Amino acid sequence: MTRLHSFHGGIHPPENKRQSNGAPIAPAPIPAQLVLPLSQHIGAPAEPLVKVGDRVLKGQVIAEPIGRISVSLHAPTSGTIVEIGPRRVPHASGMEGPCIVIDTDGQDEWIEHAGLEDYTQYSKSELINYIRNSGIAGMGGAGFPTDVKLHLGDDHIVNTLIINAAECEPYITADDMLIRERAAQILGGIEVIAHLLQPSHILIGIEDNKPQAIRALEDAVRGNRLNIDVVVVPTKYPSGGEKQLIKLLTGVEVPSGKIPADVGIVCQNVGTANAIYRAVHHGEPLISRVVTITGDAVNQRHNLDVLIGTPYKDLLNASDVRRDELYRLVMGGPMMGFTMNSEEIPVVKTTNCIIAATEEEMPPAPPALSCIRCGMCEQVCPAELLPQQLHWFAKGKEYEKAKHHNLFDCIECGACSFVCPSNIPLVQYYRNAKAEIRQEEAEKQKAEYARMRFEARQARLEQEKIEKELRRKARAEEAAKAQASKKDSAAAKPAAAQDNVKALKTAAAVARTKLKKAEKAFLAAQESGADNLAELEAAFKVAEQKAQDAQTKLEQAEKGGAPAAAGAPDIKALKTAAAVARTKLKKAQTALKAAEEKGQDGVEQLRDTVTELEAKSEAAQKAYDDAQAAPAPVAAPVDIKQLKTAAAVARTKLKQAEKALANAQDSGEGDIAALEAKVKEQQAKVESTQKAFEDAEQGGGAAPATPAIDLAPLKEDMEKALAKVEKAEVAAKNAEEKGLPTAEKMRAGVDKLRGKYEEAKKAFEDAQAQNASAAPAKPAIDLAPLKEDMEKALAKVKKADAAAKNAEEKGLPTAEKMRAGVEKLQGKYEEAKKAFEDAQAQNAASAPAPTVNLDELKADMEAARGKVEKAEAAAKNAEEKGLPTAEKMRAGVAKLQGKYEEAKKAFEDAQQQNAASAPAPAANLAELKADMDAARGKVEKADAAAKNAEAKGLPTAEKMRAGVEKLRGKYEEARSAYEAAGGVVENNTEADTVTLD
Amino acid sequence: MALIRSSSPHLHKVNSTGDVMRTVLLATLPGLAAMTFFFGWGTLINVIWASLLAVGFEAAIMKLRNRPVSFYLKDYSAVVTAVLLALALPPFAAWWVTLVGVFVAIVVAKHLYGGLGQNPFNPAMVAYALLLISFPVEMTRWTAPFVLVDAESSWSVLSLGDTLAMIFGGLDASMIDTYTGATPLDALRHRGGLTTEEAWRQVPVLADGIGAWHAVSAAYVMGGVFLLYRKVFTWHTPVAMLGSLAVLSTLFFAVEPDYFPDPFFHLTVGGTMLGAFFIATDPVTAATSNKGKIYYGIGIGLLIFVIRTWGGYPDAVAFAVLLMNLTAPFIDQYTQPRTYGHAKANRGMKGDA
Ligand code: SF4
Ligand code: SF4
Repeated sequence: MTRLHSFHGGIHPPENKRQSNGAPIAPAPIPAQLVLPLSQHIGAPAEPLVKVGDRVLKGQVIAEPIGRISVSLHAPTSGTIVEIGPRRVPHASGMEGPCIVIDTDGQDEWIEHAGLEDYTQYSKSELINYIRNSGIAGMGGAGFPTDVKLHLGDDHIVNTLIINAAECEPYITADDMLIRERAAQILGGIEVIAHLLQPSHILIGIEDNKPQAIRALEDAVRGNRLNIDVVVVPTKYPSGGEKQLIKLLTGVEVPSGKIPADVGIVCQNVGTANAIYRAVHHGEPLISRVVTITGDAVNQRHNLDVLIGTPYKDLLNASDVRRDELYRLVMGGPMMGFTMNSEEIPVVKTTNCIIAATEEEMPPAPPALSCIRCGMCEQVCPAELLPQQLHWFAKGKEYEKAKHHNLFDCIECGACSFVCPSNIPLVQYYRNAKAEIRQEEAEKQKAEYARMRFEARQARLEQEKIEKELRRKARAEEAAKAQASKKDSAAAKPAAAQDNVKALKTAAAVARTKLKKAEKAFLAAQESGADNLAELEAAFKVAEQKAQDAQTKLEQAEKGGAPAAAGAPDIKALKTAAAVARTKLKKAQTALKAAEEKGQDGVEQLRDTVTELEAKSEAAQKAYDDAQAAPAPVAAPVDIKQLKTAAAVARTKLKQAEKALANAQDSGEGDIAALEAKVKEQQAKVESTQKAFEDAEQGGGAAPATPAIDLAPLKEDMEKALAKVEKAEVAAKNAEEKGLPTAEKMRAGVDKLRGKYEEAKKAFEDAQAQNASAAPAKPAIDLAPLKEDMEKALAKVKKADAAAKNAEEKGLPTAEKMRAGVEKLQGKYEEAKKAFEDAQAQNAASAPAPTVNLDELKADMEAARGKVEKAEAAAKNAEEKGLPTAEKMRAGVAKLQGKYEEAKKAFEDAQQQNAASAPAPAANLAELKADMDAARGKVEKADAAAKNAEAKGLPTAEKMRAGVEKLRGKYEEARSAYEAAGGVVENNTEADTVTLD
Repeated sequence: MALIRSSSPHLHKVNSTGDVMRTVLLATLPGLAAMTFFFGWGTLINVIWASLLAVGFEAAIMKLRNRPVSFYLKDYSAVVTAVLLALALPPFAAWWVTLVGVFVAIVVAKHLYGGLGQNPFNPAMVAYALLLISFPVEMTRWTAPFVLVDAESSWSVLSLGDTLAMIFGGLDASMIDTYTGATPLDALRHRGGLTTEEAWRQVPVLADGIGAWHAVSAAYVMGGVFLLYRKVFTWHTPVAMLGSLAVLSTLFFAVEPDYFPDPFFHLTVGGTMLGAFFIATDPVTAATSNKGKIYYGIGIGLLIFVIRTWGGYPDAVAFAVLLMNLTAPFIDQYTQPRTYGHAKANRGMKGDA
């Protein structure tokens, strides 16, 4: 026998268990309709797999888990799905939640099902997955998905398994009856759990007020090969509380803020053990449970085997309820249960008891008196708190003090309220205080976040200003240079002239404006007889001079530049595009500023837009400059593409502007006139760009283009667009979750971006198609990156999956999001794979001719690495400061890392291929080997560090361990690369096959 | 019938503050009986008179504060205060002494501080201390136990009528002479050069009358044990207080038995037992946690000894309790229990300005 310990406090409320444990468990009648909440427990709600009108069989999966902390949902009987929508769910707040409603057909027709023949033959993860898919969630309290707890054996050393059979709440006898009747099955379930967790010791804790159940358990345990002890504990509420039971049975306290697994203990409920048994040995998912129906308002108090989803009213009817006396309907026990205000609420996986109480039985609490500090609450508090002090602080909203008095260690057991002679609803005070503190903290975090954003924005603005200034200066210089050279040969540099003309025009205009201003000031001063007249006059003269200068220069330039400009139509178009981009940028900047001034929530969004536009503007400028620099024939195809993009961009802008206008018109807000003007402007631009594009296409179609070059930027565009879509989507989701008012707008933005992405993709695909037909060359190059893409995607999926799992295990709130991300990545991977396969198929037909621009790829790679490093540093910084953005930044780092790896791989591949075709494999090999060795060195170093950290029990150990794994992965990559390269040296054809596989 | 919504728990122990207070009242009965038996009707009359006054004041104040009168009267806390004060007063205390005392206790010490549960000082002891300072003569004129009044008759207390007359009418000097005398504490304090031993032999109240005090103390202990059994309070305060008083007096007595009285004397005379079980355990004004209650009790015991031995007042319980009331919030800050799952208890008070 194990030594019994004790916990502080506890109470002995009237047990009221006799009423309901007299009769054996009977099956409840199948109700006409079942209501199955998609959210049965803590964690993410399940995702429905059926639709209205489907016929389902008993045990059929009707909703599947999404996210780590989630389990499947099965049809409890055969019938037809009649509704998927919000219904009242068992929740303290009486809220509604999404439910699947089944009209039963009374046939109770099972789906094909069978248990596992020998569960020990399965791997742990398979078995745990099986349990997850059987919909098993903790059947005691909060309903934590059982599989999550069973996974704990992976990263915790679990030496004690505790089976909670205490059932300390008054009235409830469901577990008691279950044990009496199905002790052997429970033991079967315990064996499965033990197989998964491999504990050295199993303790079944049961209160001494259930002698029959104790006997049944002891009989079942006798002769079992496992090290199981049935430990009888004295009846005292709340001995069934997880933490209290652990203290009772082991003397160990679960440290505040930790989970039992951190001290090597896992708790499971008897009901859960039984459910696991049914699932593993009979293939029956969790579709029914034992529910105690008791209380003075029912004539028959008993335990029923109830299908999940049965509305309370059917159970009450089956128990011969006296509705006129029904006063309070409690789900769960009288100490911690919730009152339900509707009989329509269904039984869920955690419903262990329904108490239909009369008014005499559970009268309303008498009015509260003042606290007399009698200390009775303190004497009974199982968490060893000072409830009277907490009450004092909660009442006075002194939350700092309340926290200092460990308010958050309160398990809301209700013992203090129960004994309080002044009838103070203490638990209610604590719940309120906790909620308010949580809210306060969330708000504080938000404010902090806003402050940080503000500061970052200030810094960025400053930076932008400086950059703009620099750019302006650079342009001015260039212009001056061009001007100078133009004097030598105006016709030789038509483009520069064109640029000059424009710049000069602006300059002239500026000068004119200044002149006017100076004139005005001068006149005004003259009138008022100001004493700085002389100064003003001088200024005026200077301005006049400047204006004249500018005008002259402009005229000169126009004379010289006009013929040249006409000779380069696409350059002009490009220039327009650049100008358009600049305009957009300015507009967006203005909008941003305005938004910032108003402190709107969408600022971040706008900032992104600005940055994006800036990039575009620069790109356009660059394209323009390139075009100018490049000889016409080469530039032509490039132009076409860019022009096309420009056209598309302009179209999108037009749409945007139109939408904004419509919005404004609808809401009657904003400057409609201005918006209208904007739309017109956009329209004009669209037309011009479109025309430019068409023109260029006509001209460029004849040119012998190098389409392979086109493809890369297009693809890049496409990917960029996708990334944007994703980013925007995340932001939008985030906003939606936080209920920000901008969420809707953001959502609209996401859709827009998605449109862009689709365009980009289409452009890319078009180009690809063209390439395929125009140039039958180099499919092998296509293949390698595609394969890399695919593999990278797979790796990402895996990484993200691991991260998500991790997060879920730690119960991080981001887990759900991460899970969604994983799914998205999975989708991408599938896409990549398909693309690869397609390409492979194509390749099979065509001949190989690999040439790749190594330098370009290398530059790409290095740029990516730079970004990764920068981002990482930032993320680390954020983490160190414990900033709330750290997590996001980390995710960003991971993304960048992925990109970097992609780039690197592309580079390496190209290198390898080049090596294969050119005669320099040895050098490559050496390099690869060096890579590999370096990677190994890193792994070893990191490993040592991680071990060290683990030995010291540092909290970073886990992270470090993850880092080691990552490095190891890299090392493995390096090694395989090396090996692949080695293959090339010996046998070229073989290497090809390797690549192709 | 509409289903009600309420927060858990849905069960409550059938007890109320009124029940707690009534239990306390019940526990004072042995002491009251002993007092009446040994010192006559005075205490009983005072208890009834004080209770009536307390109910009256409480009702008036509740009315003034716009609270439901009968609802708050039902908590019996005013009556408990009055009874405890009356038990501590000299049996022949005049009606106006009691009146002033109850007024101070209920109106000043309790309600001016915000009512039940908010008062930092034990109301009965505030009143007692105030009376002692204001009316030293009345407050030190203790009744002699009946054994000293007339050794011949078996129970020679002043008749009920005479007692009433004495409390509510004027004082009859002859009666005062006959029926009053020094308390053992006074006797020992003003023994005029006698050693403790000699005093024990020569001073009548010590030699013959001490039994009355022992009996009354025993009666209070009975009441206290009853309350402990009913879990109205925990053992911590009384045990700590009596323990520290006993230890301290033993030490001094061991060193100089001629000068210091023995520990048993300290524990059984004056208000020691009344204080230990009925005054110091007043939860409103005591320290909160079990550990805190031990410190609090020790403090009271210490102060009782110090004030009795070197102070100028006839008894020390009231002052000791009041002084410790003052320190209770501070004690609370440093004696938080260690919460489940925490390595050690929190100290001090966060968020305090
Ligand atoms: S039980 Fe109630 S009256 Fe007593 S100290 Fe606690 S909160 Fe105050
Ligand atoms: S509800 Fe909280 S404060 Fe009250 S007894 Fe339970 S754990 Fe202690």
